Amino acid sequence: MITAIRYEELDLLLNDLFTRYGYDFTEYSKASLQRRVQRLFTLDRFPSFAEFRHRLQHDPQYFRRFVEEITVNVTEMLRDPSFYRTLRTTILPVLATYPFIRIWHAGCSTGEEVYSMAILLKEAGLLHKSLLYGTDINPLVIEKARKGIFPVSQMQKYSENYIQSGGINDFSSYYTANYHLAKFDSALTGKMIFSTHNLVSDFSFNEFQLILCRNVLIYFERDLQSKVFKLFDYSLENFGYLALGAKESLRFSPIADRYRQIGKEKIWRKIHEAT
Amino acid sequence: MRQPKLIVIGGSAGSLQVIMGIVPVIHPDFPVPILIVLHRNSIFESSLEVLFASKSRALIKEVEEKERILPGVIYIAPADYHVLIEENRTFSLDYSERVHFSRPSIDVAFTSASDVYGAELACLLLSGGNSDGVEGLEYVKGNGGLVVVQDPVTAEVPYMPQHAVSRVGVDFVLSAEDMPAFLRGLAFLPLD
Repeated sequence: MITAIRYEELDLLLNDLFTRYGYDFTEYSKASLQRRVQRLFTLDRFPSFAEFRHRLQHDPQYFRRFVEEITVNVTEMLRDPSFYRTLRTTILPVLATYPFIRIWHAGCSTGEEVYSMAILLKEAGLLHKSLLYGTDINPLVIEKARKGIFPVSQMQKYSENYIQSGGINDFSSYYTANYHLAKFDSALTGKMIFSTHNLVSDFSFNEFQLILCRNVLIYFERDLQSKVFKLFDYSLENFGYLALGAKESLRFSPIADRYRQIGKEKIWRKIHEAT
Repeated sequence: MRQPKLIVIGGSAGSLQVIMGIVPVIHPDFPVPILIVLHRNSIFESSLEVLFASKSRALIKEVEEKERILPGVIYIAPADYHVLIEENRTFSLDYSERVHFSRPSIDVAFTSASDVYGAELACLLLSGGNSDGVEGLEYVKGNGGLVVVQDPVTAEVPYMPQHAVSRVGVDFVLSAEDMPAFLRGLAFLPLD
């Protein structure tokens, strides 16, 4: 049986990282974080917790690896097709009335959701007047997102999602396949801005009509979730939309009373500004 | 033996019928919370709660993130998320990589529950066709938890329980018919 990193040790580590690098993971949900840290510890074959801790404190390169490895980067295109169908039928027609559309994908990982959204905007004839901002704490995934190159092996699944989401074109018309890679159309990429952003410590950087943050908040403790909700609220225009993951909710947040849910999907509309 | 503070039941192919037999003996006064982690294809989606609710008077609900774990409730792991348990005995959901091609993974739930509940945990592994859950059971056993496996002879798909029996020093091997009574007995044991 492998040495398990105990919760007390995890706390020590997180305090080190905050002091040394200014990255604050102390309000992340501990069970997931422990599992990710444990995974890295085992993967990199550290003989003891002390050596792991020492390496993290003294090797900034290794700290980079730590950030890359402990953040969850699982994502897919057009995941939950009914969510995207609602975006097509209910949200985009409203956004269409704006002269200029700004959308923020917070915690976008390798960018699959940003490309999904760009395809929807293109089909609604709105891409030309849209800008999509994709941010993530992890610089490595942001690099990948910029490239817009995804494994061809995923395309059949994405194509099915696309059809279920109400897509009527040939999904393969959006990418060029080359051996095992699919590179997405640069017309899509041209409307995207990718950047690192830490939801824990970085501020609002623009005002948006739509913010998507799906399957990110599940990794945060309640207090941190509340802080991030306030950041989103501050970054969202009045009557803008906030979209969350299938198992996330605005219900217990401090901004809940100023938002109204759109149907059954995890999409809320801001109906009042903060007073 | 003493009363556990949490019972986690993991199953894959062929385990639904076994759980349908267990659910009716879980009444609202059942003193131990139960978490059910089932591999399921998306055809089932959220209908599991509805299916179980028709068989039991206990509260049956899908796990919500940051929710407190309460006795008398049967919690179901949602499709496509891992279920983890926090030190303060609330649930967390996690959308990281599949484990043994599975999300939710039984290994993940068993291991995380074991980190928090230690010897106050009982885990049951039922019928199934892959090896998810076996490493988790080993971990639970190492932390002093109680480990129960469905008798592979009575399992519709024996691979998973068979693998567990051969690798882990399991405490009990039970037929599907004996499980409901065993669970009731376990839950109503004195606290030490």
